[in-house]
Amino acid sequence: MYEFEYRKPASLDQAVAMLDEDAKILAGGQSLLPTMKMRLASPGALVDLAAIPGLSGITVAGNTVEIGAMTRHAEVAASKEVAEAIPALADLAGKIGDRQVRNRGTIGGSLANNDPAADYPAAVLGLGATVHTNKRAIAADDFFQGLFETALGEDEIITKVSFPLPEAAAYEKFVQPASRFALVGVFVARTGSGVRVAVTGAGPGVFRATALETALGGSFTPAALDNVEIAADGLNNDLHGSAEYRAHLVTVLAKRAVAAAR
Amino acid sequence: MPTVTMTVNGKQVSADIDPRTLLADFIRVNLDLTGTHIGCDTSQCGACTILVNGDAVKSCTMLAVQADGAEVTTIEGLAENGEMHPMQAAFKEHHGLQCGFCTPGMVMSAIDLVKRHPNPDEATIREELDGNICRCTGYHNIVKAVKAAADATGG
Ligand SMILES: Cc1cc2nc3c(=O)[nH]c(=O)nc-3n(C[C@H](O)[C@H](O)[C@H](O)COP(=O)(O)OP(=O)(O)OC[C@H]3O[C@@H](n4cnc5c(N)ncnc54)[C@H](O)[C@@H]3O)c2cc1C
Ligand code: FES
Ligand code: FES
Repeated sequence: MYEFEYRKPASLDQAVAMLDEDAKILAGGQSLLPTMKMRLASPGALVDLAAIPGLSGITVAGNTVEIGAMTRHAEVAASKEVAEAIPALADLAGKIGDRQVRNRGTIGGSLANNDPAADYPAAVLGLGATVHTNKRAIAADDFFQGLFETALGEDEIITKVSFPLPEAAAYEKFVQPASRFALVGVFVARTGSGVRVAVTGAGPGVFRATALETALGGSFTPAALDNVEIAADGLNNDLHGSAEYRAHLVTVLAKRAVAAAR
Repeated sequence: MPTVTMTVNGKQVSADIDPRTLLADFIRVNLDLTGTHIGCDTSQCGACTILVNGDAVKSCTMLAVQADGAEVTTIEGLAENGEMHPMQAAFKEHHGLQCGFCTPGMVMSAIDLVKRHPNPDEATIREELDGNICRCTGYHNIVKAVKAAADATGG
């Protein structure tokens, strides 16, 4: 790891002031530190959000679940409120990486990183959640912009994510056994304004499978997907699985998610 | 250089360190507690697992400065008055180790596991030890040891 300066702001305003050109935000460090150790990233400074009050915690009020950016995966997985309001979300958090990773990694870090095989982006896009930053509120449909790209500006900090309650939802993950990331993960949600299907792991970034959404809009049953195929064009093709295999998995997992949705 | 202060195995320690010092290196080099092993250094094997404020974490994937003010427990902090911790005793009794390289991390993870699942079944144990790799045992006796320790501590 190359040298850097360590900064620990006590407020969001201080954090923004410390985020100069060469600085990077540090949350749980479960993506950033491994990347720095491999020297794939070499920020001049790290701005650690750990001491800023109000960035962590879960609130369920009315029709929304709000999760602070610094809330760790393990907290979401263990939350009775989340399990009651959106069981699929608690379940997804419990499937991220391993126990030690879940004890450190945060939802804000996962979304800002936008790894093409990460789990949280599927929930955020699948549920049509809103990502709140120190500057604005960003709809999920605008937030994710492909491989490791998001709508976030250079000194923009995610503060929380708000998830509208679906009528029913489920997440099905086909684990890549070595990395624990999703070879393919499919989040299905039936909401008041239609069915949403978000797919992670299969493409260069999380995306909505509109053909599946249309079919499920007609009938929210696994059988509705019997004759729906996902095109392999543009999907990931690597030693872990061909694009065709991933395309096939998308429909299989979507069917399982529809069957499991609650 | 920033100063870090933390409690390690019940003792307060303090040092001026380079911010890029990993918690694993701080423990091994600065504190000379070499029971915490570094197996992969790429956040995958779990040999470096310790408890930070009671939670199992990979100390190779945390900066020492991030543990400022924290309560840290390593494998050296488990025995009391010369008596092994029930988890250590169960690993010995059930042959939950061969070369022993993964063992400190395994034991620390297992303690976190039993804290959250006082009465775990085999599937839960295997699932929860996902972040710890063992190249020797085939896991079978590790799972037995964890189950036995959970039973012994009144799960
Ligand atoms: C062994 C292993 C297995 C894993 N398996 C999975 C898996 O199966 N599924 C999965 O989804 N993930 C997995 N991960 C990644 C893990 O979930 C990370 O915790 C997560 O991707 C990043 O969160 P973090 O809090 O650790 O962020 P960090 O690593 O601290 O930061 C990641 C990036 O986000 C930026 N950032 C952090 N917080 C904010 C914020 N509030 N606002 C703006 N930018 C911010 C940082 O600058 C950095 O660029 C795994 C990681 C490891 C080491
Ligand atoms: S040395 Fe930390 S996970 Fe392998
Ligand atoms: S006992 Fe040798 S690696 Fe586990």
